[in-house]
Amino acid sequence: MSPTTVWFVVLAASALCFALKLAGHLVPEHWLADERVARTAAMVTASLLAALVTVQTLGAGQAIVVDARLPALAVAAVALALRAPFIVVVVLAAATAAGLRALGWG
Amino acid sequence: MPEERAGSTAPQEITAAAAQAAADAQALEVRAAVRQAVSVSVATGLYGISFGALSVVAGLDVLQTMALSLLMFSGGSQFALIGVIGAGGTPGAAVATAGLLGVRNTLYGAQLGPVLALDRWRKVLAAHVTIDESTAVATAQRSRRAARAGFWWTGVGIFVLWNLMTLAGALAGDALGDPAAWGLDAAASAAFLALLWPRLATRAMQLTAAAAVVVAAALIPVAPGGVPVLAAAAVAIVIGALTGRRHGRTPQEES
Repeated sequence: MSPTTVWFVVLAASALCFALKLAGHLVPEHWLADERVARTAAMVTASLLAALVTVQTLGAGQAIVVDARLPALAVAAVALALRAPFIVVVVLAAATAAGLRALGWG
Repeated sequence: MPEERAGSTAPQEITAAAAQAAADAQALEVRAAVRQAVSVSVATGLYGISFGALSVVAGLDVLQTMALSLLMFSGGSQFALIGVIGAGGTPGAAVATAGLLGVRNTLYGAQLGPVLALDRWRKVLAAHVTIDESTAVATAQRSRRAARAGFWWTGVGIFVLWNLMTLAGALAGDALGDPAAWGLDAAASAAFLALLWPRLATRAMQLTAAAAVVVAAALIPVAPGGVPVLAAAAVAIVIGALTGRRHGRTPQEES
């Protein structure tokens, strides 16, 4: 993407995200009270995040590549299971990948 | 009027004492909400540093990165947008992914409306700081005053710290050089996993996430950037529509 395109994406997506937030405060509450709407929205969020984990961990353009990112993600999962704070999880994953690469793998 | 009841000061004193006790209890609740808001703000604000660094690594400049934290101000959507740009996705896929991740904020706003009871202009301000954390702190309070205090302190607190930390991270990321050598690509994976983790409390959510992983991985080699993530969202919508009728149990998905 060119810098101009990136600016367009940044501003358009920001406007969209703000409009979504404001819509919630303006519409009558009962419009969104449907249990199925709430559950599906939660599923979409989890689904998007799971797909982002997958693409970010295995993707290299249009190829699937197993490298230092995968063991780093496993370390992050262990840290999350032990209730480590967000910043600790992120730093541990980065350190794992950086360490493995310094040793010549991935 | 109490003054007209001559000779019966005792009940008034009791009423006054009870009112004072209730006011004290409410003040305590508000203070507890503010304390909770501050600790959540510090913890959340701090990881703005990883967003700033990863955004610069994904190819955005410092100003674009700051624009996202100032104007979009929603962690999941921000990480998703830079993730799709970094993976070479199309502009449409980047906007759509960020927007889809922002849909949950619409539901938060609808939930908060009656609690905050704001006029039109304050609603605009409240909307901007309506995110996972401010909603969670507000809805965890018992009284309306504590809920309002918790919402504003968390929302504004995170906004200030998130932006300061984003700037620090963006400047640091600019100076780092090769992102892979520092493991920053793996840091982005871990950031998404950390955002996902609290949402996996129920079996239904775990199965949905597993389906998303399979669909995204299967599509990486055959679809253009951004499509594997959007396809996973489509799968979730189908699962949500199909499972609604069979069992009425609501998965608790709040983070």
